Amino acid sequence: MGIEERRIEDANLERACKSLTPERITKVILDVLKGEAGAKLKVYAETCMRCGACAQGCHYSLSHPGDPSYTPVAKLDKTIFKMIRDKGRISPEQLYGMAQIAFTECNMCRRCSHFCPVGIDVAYLISMVRRICSKLGMAPTFIQDTANSHSATFNQMWVNEDEWQDSLIWQEEEAREEFPGLRIPLDVEGVDFMYSVIAPEPKFRTQLIYQAAAIFHSAGCSWTMPSQPGWDNSDMCMFVGDYEMMGRIKRAHFDLARKLRVRRIVMGECGHAFRSVYDQGNRWLGWRNSPVPIVHAIEFFWELLNEGKIRITHKFEEPVTIHDPCNTVRGRGLGDKLREVVHALCSNVVEMTPNREYNFCCAAGGGVINCGPPFKSVRMEGNKCKADQLRATGVHHLIAPCHNCHGGLEDIIKHNKLKMETLFLGDLIYKLMEKPE
Amino acid sequence: MNTLYNFAVGPLAWAAWGICLLGIMWRLWSLWRLARRRDASSVAYMTWGCALKSLFRWAMPFGALGWRTNPLLTAATFTLHLAMLLAALFVSAHNVMWDYNFGFSMVSLPDVVMDVVSVLALAACGVLAWRRICDINVSGVTRRADWIGLILVAGIFVSGFASSHGWGSQPFMALLHVLLAEALLVCLPFTRLSHAFLIPFTRAYMGSEAIGVRKTCDW
Repeated sequence: MGIEERRIEDANLERACKSLTPERITKVILDVLKGEAGAKLKVYAETCMRCGACAQGCHYSLSHPGDPSYTPVAKLDKTIFKMIRDKGRISPEQLYGMAQIAFTECNMCRRCSHFCPVGIDVAYLISMVRRICSKLGMAPTFIQDTANSHSATFNQMWVNEDEWQDSLIWQEEEAREEFPGLRIPLDVEGVDFMYSVIAPEPKFRTQLIYQAAAIFHSAGCSWTMPSQPGWDNSDMCMFVGDYEMMGRIKRAHFDLARKLRVRRIVMGECGHAFRSVYDQGNRWLGWRNSPVPIVHAIEFFWELLNEGKIRITHKFEEPVTIHDPCNTVRGRGLGDKLREVVHALCSNVVEMTPNREYNFCCAAGGGVINCGPPFKSVRMEGNKCKADQLRATGVHHLIAPCHNCHGGLEDIIKHNKLKMETLFLGDLIYKLMEKPE
Repeated sequence: MNTLYNFAVGPLAWAAWGICLLGIMWRLWSLWRLARRRDASSVAYMTWGCALKSLFRWAMPFGALGWRTNPLLTAATFTLHLAMLLAALFVSAHNVMWDYNFGFSMVSLPDVVMDVVSVLALAACGVLAWRRICDINVSGVTRRADWIGLILVAGIFVSGFASSHGWGSQPFMALLHVLLAEALLVCLPFTRLSHAFLIPFTRAYMGSEAIGVRKTCDW
């Protein structure tokens, strides 16, 4: 079955489809292919041997056995390779299908990179399709809205400056009932680290800020949170293909850290935000490395536990399993540290198969979950292999140190009636740690 | 026919090798220039150590996950490429030509060994062709360009085998063998056959990103 037979209605895609002309599409495609892309794209398009080895690497493909249109190479063949082959002569209808493939049927998780003998970076090629679609206004409504929010507010959830500050003060107030001396220090200069989170935390997962503050307080950390725009480390513009805005967001984030003269930035349990700072945003800005060292929560918790700053009163007894977020494990090699943290907290860890860098994606990452309700079924049908993988562990607790993974996995668990609870590392540490009087 | 054969192994061979080598050099130079201009943020992360690690793992049959999960593809790919290398360098008839034209030659493997190599190469071509026709994950994305290399290579082995065993009209088979090999050389820089000299770079880049930047592996 091709993309034409599984077209899903989306308001923004429909609107763009009606307003675009073939001439404009051709112009933008050629502008990107000739003006932005380089040898990488040319070589990938030429050396992809169409061997189909990548089919085993993609959860969409594995979840749709017998339907070759979900293999990574088929998705490339229907999108970027077709654009090159047809010299940009693509109709608005065809572009709709390409946008649907690029935004909702590839999580850019890079699992297929372990399967391609040539070494084709499928995520990069799909990001080129998104870039073209973005320049043509052809991005799904919900994810485009997050990009618009980034443009207007520098965070992805339309959180106003006063709302952000209020959320922090509110969480501080709540936490002080449990920890009387606790503070959520705002804009304190010269401390050890700036703690940054993604906008969904103040918006609807505020307890995570509470928990993080409790952990840092208990560990005696020297830390601060920024009160100004730039506090949100997430970056949906990276996934939409709005690279100009991606650069501005990352610059604002690092500028805040430099203004506060912190030694490093510690990030909450988010995968894509991590990718945006260590991999993509810095490159767009021409920085080989990030100007301020970045530490992901997995690594930071590992440090706190290893240095004895956090002590555990008892271990979590129930069996748990570990999901490896693509952007921190396959994307940054934190698989071992993640396991060390989990083993320090839990007495019964059941590994899922495959695991570590070979683990299946949650199907929410890469901005796919941000494409919203119209495309939820794509994720549910497209990740049956993840549901089977989770079911095979036989456990009821799933540790996933990533926001997008949480959202995606909770949907999969509910959809497949798996009776599992998804946990952040912070949830467990907060629950198990020795709390100061 | 003999005049034609002499022309094919003489001036035409020089032309084919010239086009092939100059074509490869031009492609590599122009792609490198383009990469420096447009892909600087990728090139900057390429390192020898990571590149070599990735190349080594993927050069081992079943050394990478992609090879292990596709055993038939792996067997056919390694068999065909190894057979091509062995045939090009160690067939006695080729060595006679090397010696005649340049005054040096490699060690020749016994003809019976090269017969086995040729049969294995043809079997590998058969497997790859079968995948292109019957495997739904491959057939849907296979285009004309994907057949060119396979047909040329299979044709070279068939004509070479026939020629060495005196099958078919001679020297027609030998001439066909030479012409197909020259067609392969001419096509190499400009068709999908360019993977022969581009894959070391794509692998090196992927290895550099996976090991150097992402602190993991690409195999």
